[in-house]
Amino acid sequence: MSAPDTSGAVANPPRAGRRPSQELLTSARSIVEPTPLARWSSGFFVILYALVSLIPIVWIVLTSFKTPPDAIAYPPKVLFQPTLEGYVNLFTTRTRQTPEYMASLPAPETWYDELVRSRNMVIAGPSRYGDRYVNSLVIGFGSTFLAVFLGTLAAYAFSRFKVPLKDDLLFFILSTRMMPPIAVAIPIYLMYRDVGLSDTIIGMILLYTAVNVSFAVWLLKGFIDEIPREYEEAAMVDGYTRLQAFRRVVLPQAITGIAATAIFCLIFAWNEYAFALLLTSGEAQTAPPFIPLIIGEGGLDWPAVAAGTTLFLLPVLFFTVLLRKHLLRGITFGAVRK
Amino acid sequence: MSGLTNRKGARSPGGMWGAGGAGFSPRTIAWLFITPTILLLLAVNIFPLIWTVDLSFTDFRANQPGRVIKSVGTANYERILGDADIWDRLQTTASFVCWSIGLEVLIGFGLALLINRKFKGHATWTTLILLPMMLSPAVVGIFWTYLFQPQSGIFNYIVNFFLDAGDFTMIGDVQLAPWAIVIVDVWMWTPYVMLICLAGLRAVPQYLYEAAEVDRASRLRQFWHITLPMVLPFLMLAVLFRAIENFKMFDMVVSLTAGGPGSTTEVASITLKRAAFESWKTGYSSAFAIILFVVVFGAANIYVKFLNKVKQR
Repeated sequence: MSAPDTSGAVANPPRAGRRPSQELLTSARSIVEPTPLARWSSGFFVILYALVSLIPIVWIVLTSFKTPPDAIAYPPKVLFQPTLEGYVNLFTTRTRQTPEYMASLPAPETWYDELVRSRNMVIAGPSRYGDRYVNSLVIGFGSTFLAVFLGTLAAYAFSRFKVPLKDDLLFFILSTRMMPPIAVAIPIYLMYRDVGLSDTIIGMILLYTAVNVSFAVWLLKGFIDEIPREYEEAAMVDGYTRLQAFRRVVLPQAITGIAATAIFCLIFAWNEYAFALLLTSGEAQTAPPFIPLIIGEGGLDWPAVAAGTTLFLLPVLFFTVLLRKHLLRGITFGAVRK
Repeated sequence: MSGLTNRKGARSPGGMWGAGGAGFSPRTIAWLFITPTILLLLAVNIFPLIWTVDLSFTDFRANQPGRVIKSVGTANYERILGDADIWDRLQTTASFVCWSIGLEVLIGFGLALLINRKFKGHATWTTLILLPMMLSPAVVGIFWTYLFQPQSGIFNYIVNFFLDAGDFTMIGDVQLAPWAIVIVDVWMWTPYVMLICLAGLRAVPQYLYEAAEVDRASRLRQFWHITLPMVLPFLMLAVLFRAIENFKMFDMVVSLTAGGPGSTTEVASITLKRAAFESWKTGYSSAFAIILFVVVFGAANIYVKFLNKVKQR
């Protein structure tokens, strides 16, 4: 698959803003530069869009600190007394008790005991959210490590060596991403059932590795293409073997690209839902299929769902900000570089 | 694959054990490095695909392992292609793809034009705008069901604040539910289109505009004859990626509307999931999976050819 390539050879002509403005003040500068009014108004609309599009995320974070009645109040409450009830409910299972039983209990030992008892309930034990979250972490990091490891090797080979049928192989690698996940899930389900990988962490790591490796190869090939071959050649003249040059020269140079690729793989594995829903149910279930199962009395316990969602989304938001310079490359499989 | 591993010889001038003592020939290294990836993809992607093709000609049911599997020829394919319900689902999918991508292109391109004017603080705001597209579509679907709640939902409240629309439910209404999934998709993926368009805009050489100004071309003409043609390949790339993803869309729609009410938002992937994992018609759903794959793969190939043509122009 070819795509517009804006890297490298296409020379970027100097932007109007970057030229020495002193001598050009009267002529070229004002021609193509937006007027202050245009700048101001475009800023206004962009910021307006950003603020509106952030409402859902902010709202879900706010909801995680509400009490269940506040969460379904009409009109929606912007100002409210914050509580950690949602988080407590997220991590515990509780049973409702009679007032007599409640009165017979000794004084609550912790703040969360007290919070739960104020709703006439006692904590029965931990919920499964913690386990699911840990599963998400283990599967995410495991598959990311494998995908980036395999992807770096393959990308280096595709970048530096003459490989027969190179373009066909690369297209084959990409095309594995075009299959609807449900279509792949049918035979994977049968295959895993036969070999005993259903609902296992290993099975999910292998599956996510396979999905991510195609992405990793494409993205990393772009990063490695940008490292001048001369570096390795110089190292090899100095007596390094190919593999030593790869390890000591290319890898350190590619480390930013590898890190960016790893974060993308991690986010993908973290966010994945279809395979997790169909192939896991207990042991290896990740957080996304579990969050809608957080049910309270009388329908969904929205503050708990919001708390689960908030804890699930925060790492992604953090990594997105960290990754901002590489986002464009990542989302286009390396087809568009800045 | 077997042909590849047989290739020996053709050593580099230094030989297999050249300088340094452990130098493999480039060819050996290339195969050592590529083979694991290819093997993994063969095992987890290609082998299952072939198995799916095989199953699609049978009446296999995964929940009845002891049953004798009968070959049914192309009956599964005939049933699917002759089924009015399936065509209805494909139409639902197509209209979801068209509406969501159409709006994403309009809003995303517009935003990119505005951001390209480089107002103060544009980098920070751009990053903030990009946040939704990195979130888990399934989790996004879950929390939008909360935002769409008829009474307490903030979405309904804001709409009523401006429009006085009265009581309405986005995800329980036959008319509105398709728009609910379009709205969430647009919320999530407009930043994606915006980011790719922005890259296109930044690749337009500034001297083209300067020359156009000298020629006294109007702003509209500049947009039409410089900006649009230069950004078009980028825009089409964004559309290609989005179209493939939205045609496969499952997560967000399942957790938002679960295909309902009725089957108004039942996109193809949901139909496939129900046939495969709820009715357990494995053979039938395998045929459906193959049909969907061929549609995506074929459309993507045609589109890439078209894209290359636009690029060359």
